[in-house]
Amino acid sequence: MLAAVDWHVVWQRIFHPDHVFFRALYTTVYIAVVAQVMGVLLGLVAALMRTSKVWPLRFLSGLYVLIFRGTPLLVQIFFIYYGVNLLLGFTLIPNSLNLGLFSLDGAVVAGILALGVNEGAYMREIIRAGIDSIDRGQMEAAKSLGMRYGLAMRRIILPQAARVIIPPLGNEFNNMLKTTSLVFTIGVYEMFADAEIHYSNSFQPVEYFLAVAFWYLVLTGVWGLIQAAIERRLAAAERGDELTFRERLTTAWAPAGAFVRR
Amino acid sequence: MTDVVMEAVDVHKRFGRLEVLQGVSLAVTKGETLCIIGASGSGKTTFIRCINHLEKIDGGRITVNGHLIGYREEDGKLREDSEKSIARQRTQIGMVFQRFNLFPHKTAMENVTEAPVHVLGVPTDQAREQALALLRRVGLADKCDTYPGKLSGGQQQRVAIARALAMRPALMLFDEPTSALDPEVTGEVLSVMEELAREGMTMIVVTHEMGFAKVAADRVVMMDGGVIIEEGTPEHFFEAPEHERTKQFLSKIL
Repeated sequence: MLAAVDWHVVWQRIFHPDHVFFRALYTTVYIAVVAQVMGVLLGLVAALMRTSKVWPLRFLSGLYVLIFRGTPLLVQIFFIYYGVNLLLGFTLIPNSLNLGLFSLDGAVVAGILALGVNEGAYMREIIRAGIDSIDRGQMEAAKSLGMRYGLAMRRIILPQAARVIIPPLGNEFNNMLKTTSLVFTIGVYEMFADAEIHYSNSFQPVEYFLAVAFWYLVLTGVWGLIQAAIERRLAAAERGDELTFRERLTTAWAPAGAFVRR
Repeated sequence: MTDVVMEAVDVHKRFGRLEVLQGVSLAVTKGETLCIIGASGSGKTTFIRCINHLEKIDGGRITVNGHLIGYREEDGKLREDSEKSIARQRTQIGMVFQRFNLFPHKTAMENVTEAPVHVLGVPTDQAREQALALLRRVGLADKCDTYPGKLSGGQQQRVAIARALAMRPALMLFDEPTSALDPEVTGEVLSVMEELAREGMTMIVVTHEMGFAKVAADRVVMMDGGVIIEEGTPEHFFEAPEHERTKQFLSKIL
């Protein structure tokens, strides 16, 4: 027999979340966004380093991917939060960071750092594939017009590669929204930590984890809509095969997509 | 100095163990149209790609307007030039590719204005004006806002010619400009090129179009096995080719 679920609690957590919860939700989104931006930037730098003429840069880029894709994210989070300051012998990650307008908890900084650096290793592969997908003739044409490497990358190659990079980037961010839950382990008060604390006070795991799962669905669902809109705008500039907005939406909403004939 | 625009002296190029160019020497004077013919693998495409340093040469030297391309001389030795100065040299040399290589994310107009604005620093409205004149010249003034994907092959290649001309190059290189085109549209590209030749542009054209060579070329060279085996006027090639390889080759393409 199913254990009795206190639906009132679930209802309450979903429709009448308290102020503390919203702060936690904000922290989740905030960490995800900053870590993702950091991942994209690191991934771009590493992808460009990979094609460098200077071998130590290529080597570093390879080592970076090897380490951060090859070890568990949870280990990286713990290592950065507990280990980095000790290892370096000075305080890279302070207990709290005062930035004038607002201050940041050291655990949040460490969490963002770990998620961002880890994400960069995956983004490198995505960006590399995007750049590699562009015909060699594009770089040659740009060079023949007197463009230097940096300008050609910025104006010719990357804008085209972006079309290839953005769909998997969207998936990465979907992942990131959920993966932020790991940083509760170093004491960041984000959405999962909020659920966890309510659970340990009440011993009602089903109610609180169900409710927090719902909220993760809301975040990833909203992101799915945004992603669909971005991809549609990209496709609009292209010829022929683009999907309609409706088709994009239904593909983003996978369960609904199953019922739509394409 | 005479009016030599491009001079190649004993150019060598290797791809691994394969020596693609085995000592090519050639000079092109101002206003001249030179056609390079030859079977595939003869090194003709590699040679013109060396002229704007898309391929590094392994021996010899190439100069355009008296400037050494891709290298600078230090104590009698050649060292590869900086990226910056190679890029500057390339602004003098226009190139038209077999597969057009237009920028697909930019309209015809933007393809033409891209380099003048972002490389030479020409003000945008001035660049647009110039681009419009060039697109009109290649017969595509009505396609300014069209993306390459919506243009036919012949139209794309004409935009590519306008794009190269927008840099006001001293020399234009054409790498088999009609080989990727349907037969019925090669004419529109060739007539633009003939027009250019008439106007006195200095051009080096790798091509199989002997009709074009007949009308527009001042001189034709035949390459085989990485060297120039025969050189002469178009008439010479039509009437009395000397070399056995040339006769064979011409009998196949004419």
